[in-house]
Amino acid sequence: MKRAQWLGVAVVAIIVVAAGAYFMRKPPEPGGGTPAPQEAAKAVEHRGGTMRLVAVGAGGTIDPQINYTLQYWQLYQGLYDGLLNFKKGVGEEGFKVVPDLAEDMPQVADDGKTLIFKIRKGIKFSNGQDLTTKDVVASFQRIFKVSSPTAGGFYSGIVGADKCLAEPASCTLEGGVVADEAANTVTLHLTQPDAEIYYKLAVPHAVILPADSPAKDVGTTALPGTGAYMVESYDPNKQLKIVRNPHFKEWSKDAQPDGYPDVVVMDFGLTDEAEVTAVANDQADWAFDPPPADRLAEIGTKYKDQVHVTPLTAMWYAPMNVNIPPFNNEKARQAVSYAIDRAALVKLFGGDVLASPVCQILPPGFPGHVDYCPFTKNPEANKWSAPDMDKAKALMQESGQIGQPVTVISEDSAVSKSVGTYLQSVLNELGFKAELKPISSNIQFTYIQNTNNKVQISVTQWYQDYPAASDFLNILFGCDSFHEGSDSSVNIAGFCDKEIDAKMKEAMKVAVTDPKKADEMWAGIDRAVTDKAAAAILFTPKHVDFVSKRLGNFQFNPQFYFMVYQAWVQ
Amino acid sequence: MAASETSIAGNDPRQADPVGAKRRPAAGPWATAFRKLVHDKAAMAALLVFILIVIGCSFASYYASHVAHTFPFSSNLQGKIVIDGVEQQIIAPSTEGLGLGSTPIGPTWKLQGYFLGADDQGRDVFARMLYGGLNSLWIASASTVICLLFAAVLGVTAGFFGGVADAAISRIMDVIWAFPIFLLAISLSIVLINSSINIGPIVIRAGSLWLPIFIIGIVYVPYVARPIRGQVLSLKNSEFVLAAVGLGVPSHRILWKDILPNVATTLIVFVPLMMALNMVTESALSFLSIGVQPPDASWGTIIQDGQNLLYSRPMVALAPGIAIAVTVLTLNVFGDGVRDALDPRSKLRIGGD
Repeated sequence: MKRAQWLGVAVVAIIVVAAGAYFMRKPPEPGGGTPAPQEAAKAVEHRGGTMRLVAVGAGGTIDPQINYTLQYWQLYQGLYDGLLNFKKGVGEEGFKVVPDLAEDMPQVADDGKTLIFKIRKGIKFSNGQDLTTKDVVASFQRIFKVSSPTAGGFYSGIVGADKCLAEPASCTLEGGVVADEAANTVTLHLTQPDAEIYYKLAVPHAVILPADSPAKDVGTTALPGTGAYMVESYDPNKQLKIVRNPHFKEWSKDAQPDGYPDVVVMDFGLTDEAEVTAVANDQADWAFDPPPADRLAEIGTKYKDQVHVTPLTAMWYAPMNVNIPPFNNEKARQAVSYAIDRAALVKLFGGDVLASPVCQILPPGFPGHVDYCPFTKNPEANKWSAPDMDKAKALMQESGQIGQPVTVISEDSAVSKSVGTYLQSVLNELGFKAELKPISSNIQFTYIQNTNNKVQISVTQWYQDYPAASDFLNILFGCDSFHEGSDSSVNIAGFCDKEIDAKMKEAMKVAVTDPKKADEMWAGIDRAVTDKAAAAILFTPKHVDFVSKRLGNFQFNPQFYFMVYQAWVQ
Repeated sequence: MAASETSIAGNDPRQADPVGAKRRPAAGPWATAFRKLVHDKAAMAALLVFILIVIGCSFASYYASHVAHTFPFSSNLQGKIVIDGVEQQIIAPSTEGLGLGSTPIGPTWKLQGYFLGADDQGRDVFARMLYGGLNSLWIASASTVICLLFAAVLGVTAGFFGGVADAAISRIMDVIWAFPIFLLAISLSIVLINSSINIGPIVIRAGSLWLPIFIIGIVYVPYVARPIRGQVLSLKNSEFVLAAVGLGVPSHRILWKDILPNVATTLIVFVPLMMALNMVTESALSFLSIGVQPPDASWGTIIQDGQNLLYSRPMVALAPGIAIAVTVLTLNVFGDGVRDALDPRSKLRIGGD
């Protein structure tokens, strides 16, 4: 070839390579271009695939109006919708309530006692049926007919709810939930204004189901929903399989965005060790259960890019039964609170990165939280710094409870049992004769609630249902939450102080009109309940999510945690 | 050593006067069995190891308070120890990567403290092993005594008296035998472990070591009582017993002089074997949290403590596992030796000694 020919070939080659590079280039990186095309490109690029989740066990019934587990509440986010919903956002945004099946936030009348919702049109259930106002009314009735665990706690303020609670089978909520088919509206009448009603309508127990849904726990047969996905099969001994809802069309990115994976499966029956190994080996994309303590260091070093640590609005605490010895003695309870080395418990939980010591009820960052800690050395700093064993022992002497037998009830899970063992050690050091009784995690929470079991002190956790101070203070320490002889008495300590209870009711009233003032009132109530030491508050945990290498777009919503459907696997 | 050999030979009557002197009467069956056992090297080695384990465990309290200076029944999450002049945390938080988790100190291989490392509560595993061994050995021994006592009484009564007594006892044994042994032990433990038991003057409070002792002792009774009954039935029809009956010897004397001495050898053979079996059962129950209750320790509870540390500190589970395996092995080897020594079928060989 001549020199000129060489030159020509070289020029053509350069052009071909340049063109190839252009057409085979990667899609633009996030941050460039306009948002809409970027989202669309992402949706196309990452849409599809099967996401495999793993868990030790199933979460029980798949009925969204009955199930009360984080495990399924997390998955319900893509399956079902309520009139309102928590925004599918991260950080503080995730606590915002947005309209979902309602076109807009409700029209409020009658000083907050009437809420009018306009229902969206054109939405279909996963079985092809259209969503109507009848479905909305029937769904509210069904909350009571199936005796949803929060029927009394969350929805007793609806007009007619008292009758429904007394006779669930014949519940009509007459005058409480009224549909206007022509106007496509549903009106909710409350007996009194409720500052937290939006939150209560946004949790899964208030989702809208087809009107002909059976008025009983459906167990393993999933009900149709309006979300982007639907349950294809559910075997609690094996697997939960979720696929796309063929009738879904996105109407609100905030409330019910479309998801990335085509299929989501959750396999049951692994140990927590096996879950970690499966994710580490890319055989699973996400482990539901917290990683076991002896694998934390490994995943925090070897797989640190696949680990997400997020603070929670939750607490680990040890309720002390204020109605039976020895903790019917306030000084004995305070002695326990002074003696507990919360830094030691933080170590047990996985170290400073995973937990923070606290001794007040409202968690940091929660509405109404103001730093406070009387049960520490140097309490004037209002932060827990170290246990005060001298003071604890002095209080024990004053209480006259030395030598009393105490049984600590913990769960049989590794962390809960470790915390229980530590508490037993502290109680023995204080002079009690302490025993530890770890019982199955499946029944421990109901066991410790029932006063017939005469539980003296236990180890448990509380995770917020929604971001309101009353969800910790009123629910856990209010007189209305204490029911003797019932498995559903979440005021485990049996604490009922009439004066404090009246203040809580007042704060809830004030919250309707003046949330800021209500928060100030809650801060005072937090201090008052903390001082009474009805529970030893131990630490605020953080959440660890361990994901596979291929899982992208991990987002953490403070209300429902890892947003499963917003992550992609391809 | 020649001198001592001479000395021993000189003390032997057979060698001192091999021809003229009267031979000593043949040694009794017990002495013969003992001599045979002593000459069984494997059995003696096993016994020696077992005795060493027992002595080691007996020093648990001394070791904890005077050597390791630790109290292995309370949590020590914030404790520190100086090793080779360097201060170390008993539970050390991770400082690498994201800083997740904390790991108990590993084996220091120094008797001064944390020889086998710490468990997740920061407690000295070696000290707990010694205390745990003491509990395991105590439960195994006491439950063996209870089991053999009940089995002997029931087996001899059923076999010797027969009739209604035999029918009643045998059916009760059948009922107990119908349950898989571990299922029965687990069921009894679950039901009884958290409640005190009052049987007349006997009160066993919840969490007491006597609870696993009685449960393990009782569930194995049919396994010993049945062969005892069979042996008594056979003895009852043997010629020397029939002769005694023919001579008009009272029943209680036949029982005491003819039956029980013959049954005793069987019971002795059962002692090490049942101890081994009971130790394994106790460990299994404690591993399932229905045996020894915290803060007390047994080798089974320590294995359970170590289960959560298998990845980072496998020694916590391995060490008690090895201890159980070695102890059970020594008991079984020794048990085999005892059986060989007392087994009538090996009389011919004994006669050749």
